[in-house]
Amino acid sequence: MQSRPLPRLYLIRNANIIDPVREKEFGGEIFLKNGRIVEIGKKVQVEESSGKVEEVDAEGRYVTHGFCDIHAHFREPGREDKETLVSGSRAALGGGFTTVCVMPNTDPPLDTPELIRFIVEKAADLPVNIHPIGAVTRNQDGEELTEMAAMVREGAVAFSDDGIPLKDGGVVRRALEYTTSLGVPIINHSEDPQLKGEGQMNEGVWSTRLGLAGIPGVSESAMVSRDVQLAEFTGGRLHVPHVTTRESAEWIRWAKERQLKVTAEVAPHHLYFTDADLSTYDTNLKVAPPIRSEADRQALIECLRDGTVDCLATDHSPHTVEEKEAPFDWAPCGMIGLESAFGAIWKVLSGASFSLIEMVQKITINPRSLFGFETDLFRKGTPAELVFFDPEKEWTFSREQIQSKSRNSPFLGKGMRGKVLQVIARGMIHDLPPAGSL
Amino acid sequence: MGFLKNRHLLGLADVSAEETATILETAFSFREVLDRPIRKVPTLQGKTVVNLFFESSTRTRISFELAQKRLSADTVNFSSDTSSLMKGESFKDTAQNIEAMKVDCIVIRHPVPGAPVHLTRYVKAVVINAGDGTHEHPTQALLDMMTLQEKFGEIKGLNVAIIGDIAHSRVARSNIIGLNRMGASVTLCGPPTLMPLGIEELGVRIDYDLDQVLDWADAINVLRIQRERHGVCFIPSIREYRDLFGITRERLGRLDKQVTIMHPGPMNRGVEIDSDVADSDNAIILDQVLNGVAVRMSILYLLLGDQPG
Repeated sequence: MQSRPLPRLYLIRNANIIDPVREKEFGGEIFLKNGRIVEIGKKVQVEESSGKVEEVDAEGRYVTHGFCDIHAHFREPGREDKETLVSGSRAALGGGFTTVCVMPNTDPPLDTPELIRFIVEKAADLPVNIHPIGAVTRNQDGEELTEMAAMVREGAVAFSDDGIPLKDGGVVRRALEYTTSLGVPIINHSEDPQLKGEGQMNEGVWSTRLGLAGIPGVSESAMVSRDVQLAEFTGGRLHVPHVTTRESAEWIRWAKERQLKVTAEVAPHHLYFTDADLSTYDTNLKVAPPIRSEADRQALIECLRDGTVDCLATDHSPHTVEEKEAPFDWAPCGMIGLESAFGAIWKVLSGASFSLIEMVQKITINPRSLFGFETDLFRKGTPAELVFFDPEKEWTFSREQIQSKSRNSPFLGKGMRGKVLQVIARGMIHDLPPAGSL
Repeated sequence: MGFLKNRHLLGLADVSAEETATILETAFSFREVLDRPIRKVPTLQGKTVVNLFFESSTRTRISFELAQKRLSADTVNFSSDTSSLMKGESFKDTAQNIEAMKVDCIVIRHPVPGAPVHLTRYVKAVVINAGDGTHEHPTQALLDMMTLQEKFGEIKGLNVAIIGDIAHSRVARSNIIGLNRMGASVTLCGPPTLMPLGIEELGVRIDYDLDQVLDWADAINVLRIQRERHGVCFIPSIREYRDLFGITRERLGRLDKQVTIMHPGPMNRGVEIDSDVADSDNAIILDQVLNGVAVRMSILYLLLGDQPG
């Protein structure tokens, strides 16, 4: 990846501009000054009196808002061998993401205002916007609430105990109640630990064939059902991460019909793979919640189409090679996902007749609106966060393209559609290495 | 190079009906060797086989070791409980260290499903699955099929019931795949809590009424109730299990026919099967044990033997 400072005056010409806010796609120009949007239009006015304007011809390239991921793990502090804020930022840029929210399951977990401040300060000079998500409970032990108000003041944008489900409904109730005054969502990893048991993969014919202990879909939907009812009872904001089953989606739909403050995300790997892909015992496909059946996968695509599921989020979860080389039962859950996200999602969604604008909305304005971030990045004066891409490029995801410290991706060798080419964020231009062709 | 399509025996899912027939036919010829006064042939002289057992086993390990010795292979045994080898790195290191010592074949038993597949990523040697968690136990199913063929002449058309803890049984999975492929009908019988989701899609029938199943079956394969797994409310009690699914003399006595009894062992006498049933003339349990050596000789020969010319 080649990076350089953004010129003071920068004119992008001949771009295919996708505006996800106004739902428009048009050929036009973008003029930037001091890293901020001056004007976007078919033809823009350039003030040449204030200095030299660097012009770039973006013929054949599409440009839109920088992508936003509200669910990633950068492992700092504690497991810098897997990922750091610096390496995670590079991985984000490699995937076209200019804004990333990082989960609190670090070591120690982000459960105090001081640790939130540590992330915010450390991320201040990085090339992407990083927002910490605080833990709901101290030490993520599911019992005592953290100092949420102070943590929000320091920059926490949401609260979650991440991979550790809040199994105590009373704690979920209090967390939802307490945050009604803070305006931030509670994110609960929905997997009932008792129903999950020793499960290693989706429970169904494939777990039966492979002899791997199954995780039933109801382990997720039972908890989603409880949580959306608590959201109704408390009036709190609930965000359901990485939905994987049709039944969970039906509970989210139920909540939306009642106009509750309930939102949801789906991960690219749950849209791309099915439990049949685990037939090779690839530990990179071991994730929590697990890759589900083809019927679930189809249901998730439909939920994304009809808005039941609001957005995409990567659940980028780096692990070392050594950890993932273990026999299946012993390997940790999780895969990296930032750099493969766009190509994987667009391959699936273009095949399901989504328009480019619809797809772009799911990774730009929708996630930003959930966490209260600015959604109209084309508004005059907004810091430039732009991603350039080729939606038609067919390519294969390979190790050489990975910027993350980890390599645990089941997408290696898989077909992608759509390639991120360049990112502009925080006053820098980043050119991404070209993809190998299919 | 071997005589089968695949280099390894990781499960019966990868073995065709033709290959199964070849394995069984070869096993019958080795069975004759076992009946000779000198029960040894030089077939695998110069080949080295490591028995890599990460899970305790007596009969399977001895059976494999005997098969290797009867074929004149050099054998080495490695046993380890999994507690000292919980790290994947250790698994890989162990595998690669053994590989570095120039072995031709690794017979692996492991508590984690898919571990033999995992092993093939690190070694060039032929890998034989001697049981991986609750996935497959292909040589056990092959010896079960050999014993049925010996008893009935052919497997095609037989009604075979598998009774007990299907969910935790690698024997059941390999039996289902193998028996179906060879043309038998398979019915599963056991508590609903021990019946894995979607198993019907493997081409079996499920019946929770043991008496009805016994009426239908030509042969039954009785699985061990794994008491160590039943702390998590799969069954309320051994007493109730025995009442519903135990193979008792009384139950068999109500039938107007003889049913052939198999058991992969070790048996819980008085729990899933009564002693007098296990020791009766209808039981072919010890034939299974003998045929186990012949089947393993057959597999070793077909995977490691040199093609003529």
